[in-house]
Amino acid sequence: MSQLRVLVGCKRVIDYAVKVRVKPDKTGVVKEGVKHSMNPFDEIALEEAVRLKEKQVASEVIAVSCGPQACQETLRTALAMGADRALHVEVSGSEYEGLLPLGVAKILAALVKKEEANLVVLGKQAIDDDCNQTGQMLAALLDWPQATFASAVSVEGEGLAVTREVDGGLENVRLSLPAVVTADLRLNEPRYATLPNIMKSKKKPLAQMTPGDLGVDINPSLTVLSVEDPPVREAGSKVEDVDQLIAKLKDSGVF
Amino acid sequence: MLDYFQITEALSPEDRQTQTVARDFMEAEASDSVLDWWESGEFPEQLVPKMGEMGFLGANLPTEYGASGVSNVAYGLIMYELERIDSGFRSFASVQGALVMYPIYRYGSEEQKRTYLPQLAAGQMIGCFGLTEHDGGSDPGAMKTRARRDGESYILNGVKMWITNGNIADIAIIWAKDDDDVVRGFVVPTDTPGFQANHIKHKMSMRASVTSELVMDEVRIPASQMLPETRGLSAPLSCLTQARYGIAWGALGALEAVYEDALSFSQHRSTFDKPIASRQLVQTKLVDMVTDHTNGLLLAWRLGVLKDAGTMHHTQVSMAKRKNVRVALNAARSAREILGGSGITLEHPTIRHMLNLETVDTYEGTHDVHTLILGRDITGHNALV
Repeated sequence: MSQLRVLVGCKRVIDYAVKVRVKPDKTGVVKEGVKHSMNPFDEIALEEAVRLKEKQVASEVIAVSCGPQACQETLRTALAMGADRALHVEVSGSEYEGLLPLGVAKILAALVKKEEANLVVLGKQAIDDDCNQTGQMLAALLDWPQATFASAVSVEGEGLAVTREVDGGLENVRLSLPAVVTADLRLNEPRYATLPNIMKSKKKPLAQMTPGDLGVDINPSLTVLSVEDPPVREAGSKVEDVDQLIAKLKDSGVF
Repeated sequence: MLDYFQITEALSPEDRQTQTVARDFMEAEASDSVLDWWESGEFPEQLVPKMGEMGFLGANLPTEYGASGVSNVAYGLIMYELERIDSGFRSFASVQGALVMYPIYRYGSEEQKRTYLPQLAAGQMIGCFGLTEHDGGSDPGAMKTRARRDGESYILNGVKMWITNGNIADIAIIWAKDDDDVVRGFVVPTDTPGFQANHIKHKMSMRASVTSELVMDEVRIPASQMLPETRGLSAPLSCLTQARYGIAWGALGALEAVYEDALSFSQHRSTFDKPIASRQLVQTKLVDMVTDHTNGLLLAWRLGVLKDAGTMHHTQVSMAKRKNVRVALNAARSAREILGGSGITLEHPTIRHMLNLETVDTYEGTHDVHTLILGRDITGHNALV
């Protein structure tokens, strides 16, 4: 197999440890002054790509992030972890608020063609929207095979062998290249970006472009009407026996 | 990071990244176990090579000798994140970086630099700094340790006290008076015959750190072990300036830790059906803490900017160390009070920080000594002697 050129998606999200709060005007959540970091599943995806390079299966790892200027910090982390180059696709303001997995998938598809990548590794989902769609949509747009929720990836012949974490347990699939893989939690434990690597990564190339430069229209097809806290949990009620339980469930319209 | 005046925005991307990485590393590797290490009086030596791999040791020294070459602001942020978990970690790093690697880098021969610096940076070798003696702390010039020339060797005799890392060090930077009564620095391998480190027990402060007495009885070392460019007290004092710079940042990490501890406790703890965070006296204490932290961070940051520009003056370091450590100690005491009974166990980090900061307020120049350093600078009158 000739060496792979790997594209990795690195989304900038609110840090997992932050207590997220809804904005008073209900248009979204508070993001100003809130700690952001790379989506944890994307860190795992990046780690896997870097390991493929260390095994000399991959020749180049390209980190991509779509969003405002601050995404460049996320990309610098990717470079410090071992990516060779970074691409920042600038999307900001209301356009960024309306950016959805399909838009991102279209951008990534355009980059795949431009960079002649033959493997895309993404996190299985982002921890802010939990969409779990980008990898799947990208594979469809490119007409490439996909292996999602990967907990193990290895080279097999001219393709990849991937173990997927599915509801029933583990599924082993073989896929030909080029392909899209999405990373699940147990795929690996990402490395720290060490200080020497942070300093070295300052010299690595980071290119900026817009979706327009790639000929991509990210026009959102969804409008967010409001973002609200989940309703406060109310007290339940106790029943005397099973008959009463069934009667209450019937009354509530469950069946 | 607690950052009321948004200083993070003024940092370079690498400085921000450095802080994030240091925080994540300490959270993952040390935050869960620090309570136990402190209580049992144990320094986790196994973390040293990991810290070395991360590039935390002597981080602001140049890459030429294996260090990370980060800015002084970034170095300060690392100290902040180490001390936020426990002063013992920052103390270790201060000794390794500012008191062992720095004097070798600044005053050593090329051979000494190539022999020691890469291993020290990698955490494969541990060092300690022997200046203080039983009868000479604030007055280092009163030292009695001597280095007697004997052919191609020096013979060291004397006792050093309160030496961080003493019992776990591979090398000791020993300051001693030579036959001309001039203070010189020596790199002493701790396995040299006649060198003995005695562990200081029963400490109620800085427990997650090794503190030792160093006894040198006719310790013979090659003359090439002397740091050739050291001549007089200015050499060890310059090392202290480096360490004090890091402490001015580190203390704020401890301040953040106790503040967050007290703040979060006050939101959950109630008196008379209301959280104590709604009580005026509690709010005053918390406001003073966050104000002192904000002031301190501005002081430390500006100090770092001056250090990076090469124009920092040692009296500025005195001001920052004196103030930031004292306000951190005060914050810890105040936070302990907010925590009430809960604040007396190690389940909350506050009392551990409170006790540690007694050492930090004392070493690297006591609060009073820094007062007199500044007093001499502004008035011209030397009240130190």
